[in-house]
Amino acid sequence: MTELKYDSVAVGDSLPTHTCGPISRTNLAMFAGASGDHNPIHIDLDFAKKSGMPDVFAHGMLSMAYLAQLLTNWVPQKQLREYGVRFTSITPIHATVTCNGKVVEKFEVDGEKRVKVEIIAEVGEGVKTLLGDAVIALD
Amino acid sequence: MVDTSIIGRETQPRTIAVEQGQVQFFAKATGSKDRIHWDLEAAKAAGHPAIPAPPTFLFCLENLAPAKEASVLATLGVDIGKVLHGEQRFTYGAQIYTGDEITLTTKVVDAYDKKGGALQFVVSETSAVNQNGESVGSMTNSLVIRP
Repeated sequence: MTELKYDSVAVGDSLPTHTCGPISRTNLAMFAGASGDHNPIHIDLDFAKKSGMPDVFAHGMLSMAYLAQLLTNWVPQKQLREYGVRFTSITPIHATVTCNGKVVEKFEVDGEKRVKVEIIAEVGEGVKTLLGDAVIALD
Repeated sequence: MVDTSIIGRETQPRTIAVEQGQVQFFAKATGSKDRIHWDLEAAKAAGHPAIPAPPTFLFCLENLAPAKEASVLATLGVDIGKVLHGEQRFTYGAQIYTGDEITLTTKVVDAYDKKGGALQFVVSETSAVNQNGESVGSMTNSLVIRP
C-alpha cells in the first residue's frame, strides 16, 4: 500500500469503491458464528417469519465490517481513530453492498493531523443501509 | 415505555481471550482480502506481533465474552425478534491482537422512547482494556426495540 499523506488528500476526495456480496444464507450463518451474534432473525427463516419479517436479513454488523474494509483498503488500520454508523435500512438477503466514502474535513487534534470521511453503504438501486463517518490520522 | 431505571447499570468486568481461530473465522465470514487478518506470516511481515483483529471485532468479543448477569434485553423482557441495531460507534486505542486477554465493561448510558413509546432505544457503552492495562478502545451501541 502506498502511504497516503495528509498534504496529498483534499476535502472532496473519494475513497475507492468497495463492493461486497451478494450476501448468501451461508454468509449469514458464518457471520453469526464468527461474530457471536446468534440472533435467529438473521439465520432462521421460521423465526424471521414469526417475527413479522418476509425473510431473514443481514446483520448490520456484516455491512459495518464491509465498510471497515473500505477504510482499511485506503489506510492501515492503526491510523483509524473513530468509526461509527447509523443503520438506516435493513440489508436484505442476496443484496450486493456498495461501500463509498469521501473526505469531508481536514483538521489537527493534539498535534496529530486527521481527516474525517463520510461513508455510506447502499444496496439495490441506491437504498442507503448504513451512513457513518470515520476519523483517520495521516502523516 | 422503556424502563429508564436501567440507565447507569454496569456489568461486572468480563475477560475473554482473543483466539486466532475466531479472528480467522471472522475474516473469512466477512470476505476479507487482507491476509494480515488470517495469515500469521503475512501479519508478521507487515510488522505485527500476531494477527490483528479487524476494526469491528470488539463487538464480537462483547458477544462472545461469557455473561455474568442477565443481559439488559433479558432484564427488559424484550423479544429478540423485535430488536434492531440502531447505531454503533468505535473509538480506537491499542491494537487488539490474537493472544490478548480483553476485559470488557458495559454500562447503559441512555434509554428513551420515540413515536409515543412505539420505539424504545437502549444505548450502551463498552470500554475495553488488554492484559497490560492499556485501553484498546471503546464502543457505543444503540439498540431499537420495535413494537
